[in-house]
Amino acid sequence: MTGARILSVENLSVAYEDAGGSYNILDDVSFTLRKGEILGIVGESGSGKSMTCRALMRLLPSSRLRETGGAVRLEDGRDVLGLSQDELSEVRGRRIGMIFQNPASHLDPVMSIGRQIAESIRYHRKLGRTEAWAQMLDILRQVGIPDPESRANAYTHEFSGGMRQRAMIAVALACDPDILIADEPTTALDVTVQAQILRLLQQLRDERGLSIIFITHDLGVVYQLCDTVAVMYAGRLCEYGPKHEVIHHPRHHYTAGLVACQPSSEGGTGLVPTIPGQPPSPRDMPMGCRFHPRCGAADALCAARQPPLEESQPGHSCACHHPADLVAEAEA
Amino acid sequence: MNRYRFVLYRPIQLIPVLVGISVITFVLVRSIPGDPARVLLGPRTTESALARVREQFGLDEPLWLQYFYFVKNLFKGELGKSILYKVDVLKLIATRIEPTLVLVIGSVLLALLIATPMAAIAARRRGSWADHLIRIISTAGLGFPAFWLAIMLILLFSVQLGWFPVTGYGRTFWDKVHHMTLPCLTTGLALAAVLTRNLRASMLAELQSDQATAARARGLPETFVFWRHVVPNSLVPTVNLLAVNIGWLISGSVVIETVFAIPGMGQLLVRGIFTRDYMVVQGVAMVFACATVLVNFLADILTVTIDPRVKL
Ligand SMILES: Nc1ncnc2c1ncn2[C@@H]1O[C@H](COP(=O)(O)OP(=O)(O)OP(=O)(O)O)[C@@H](O)[C@H]1O
Ligand code: SF4
Ligand SMILES: [Mg+2]
Repeated sequence: MTGARILSVENLSVAYEDAGGSYNILDDVSFTLRKGEILGIVGESGSGKSMTCRALMRLLPSSRLRETGGAVRLEDGRDVLGLSQDELSEVRGRRIGMIFQNPASHLDPVMSIGRQIAESIRYHRKLGRTEAWAQMLDILRQVGIPDPESRANAYTHEFSGGMRQRAMIAVALACDPDILIADEPTTALDVTVQAQILRLLQQLRDERGLSIIFITHDLGVVYQLCDTVAVMYAGRLCEYGPKHEVIHHPRHHYTAGLVACQPSSEGGTGLVPTIPGQPPSPRDMPMGCRFHPRCGAADALCAARQPPLEESQPGHSCACHHPADLVAEAEA
Repeated sequence: MNRYRFVLYRPIQLIPVLVGISVITFVLVRSIPGDPARVLLGPRTTESALARVREQFGLDEPLWLQYFYFVKNLFKGELGKSILYKVDVLKLIATRIEPTLVLVIGSVLLALLIATPMAAIAARRRGSWADHLIRIISTAGLGFPAFWLAIMLILLFSVQLGWFPVTGYGRTFWDKVHHMTLPCLTTGLALAAVLTRNLRASMLAELQSDQATAARARGLPETFVFWRHVVPNSLVPTVNLLAVNIGWLISGSVVIETVFAIPGMGQLLVRGIFTRDYMVVQGVAMVFACATVLVNFLADILTVTIDPRVKL
């Protein structure tokens, strides 16, 4: 990961507001993405992974949600949160592309795949019909769709799950963005197809220098695919660093719990432990460390003060008053 | 293109439908109290004259035999002879079909022309004063009977302002357009009310849909997303709605042609009923029934064309 910084998210916060008041959904989320890097964002359902990506694309799912602070800096220093509609339209598609968990609902069912790709090319690059069509065939080939000339005229419902996800990747890559945001793109696929899609993403990174933000529940996938990991809990980042560091030496107790929950992790008892308790609702976040009601190492300090995200080793930061690796050392 | 194969066998499936319709119209028409021969000859006539007319039109035969002749004529492409006008019903209909066609097609076009931009404005500015106004107008429009609206339009545009003729059809093309504007507006507005509400709802759903979000994520501007991805998807249910309403439009044309004195098939039907002209009534009813069936068939073809998922 020696590439240049291509995106930095700085203290991004999102709040939900309605007549009954307002509460934060995302709090102070910060990370950076370098050229050719694959960053994994993991966390339980509802921890704010999708919201983070939606916020940095300015695609929040409801008018009640608002970016309340922070910045999303592009390579050239511009802040996505401050862009005009025209600039935003250029950034989406040409700089940042996005793919989703359910390609069937995220593709237009009444427009052929080829036309959906060609449409973006024509709009962004101001190309004619024939040139756009030729480029579109090229992209279909690159994402591994066989026989692109005839598949281009097919509709979403005529593709299998894996091919549909490839088609959505092709649509997102139509205008050659530098960054691809992938929100759980393989969760709905079976294992073999999932492996194919992961290989495709890796290949796109290697060949095009694409940077990828990959959202998943699955630490195994992170281990296989990513360079860095950000762990989210209840709308905050709790640990962030290189993959090996975070997975082999988790410092936050939530990360440690996630690692222990992985069925493939060593130990091999066949019994998968779970983290007891439920994640909090954004409507009533606990004081102090948001994980303290579920944390075995919690004390009065944890309940009273929110731990800041601090860099303990170069590139590896963690928000915990009593980091797990230190606790383990003390016990040893 | 095997998704269009239904075009070949659907007409075969329609045969039982048409048989059913022919039986029902035949029986219904004959259940209107009164005697066509008496209506034709007036109150002061002789029994023998009545018998002659009945014999001439086969009205003295048993009912099943009359139905047999009716069907036999249908196969020859005839609808029988009008008792009152003494001409082929088919010829009679041919002279009356144009105004009705103009009325129905014109109403649908006007309704689409009014409803699409109204629904678009309401859906894209949801909650704005424009949205509220459009919703109030379209809800109110659902409650107005067509004939009441027709009378109001006549009072305003014909009587007060003198912009449009009160009644009639006209001869030259522009003359006809001039005459048919108010009638088409009457049914068009009522239909536009239904369409606007329906289109607005499906546009709102499509604006929130995943595929629209994904289109925005590709950097396509909102107007582009709306017209290329939201509108085509929201039109799918609208085609069905239009097909369902075609029966209502045809029956509405009977009322509108009466109010505006338009020499169309609706007027022919009403006169046929008053004069007990069985042949005319069952002929027009058959044509109306076939038209409804045909429109639904066309709507199916249109649905298959705009929605690639549909298989019939
Ligand atoms: N439209 C919305 N309006 C208000 N709150 C929302 C909305 N969508 C999501 N949220 C809330 O935002 C928080 C974060 O949700 P988000 O979808 O980002 O979770 P996630 O980490 O992506 O979970 P999953 O793994 O289930 O996709 C949740 O608490 C959720 O309740
Ligand atoms: S801050 Fe305290 S409660 Fe939170 S993870 Fe660390 S030890 Fe546990
Ligand atoms: Mg999500």
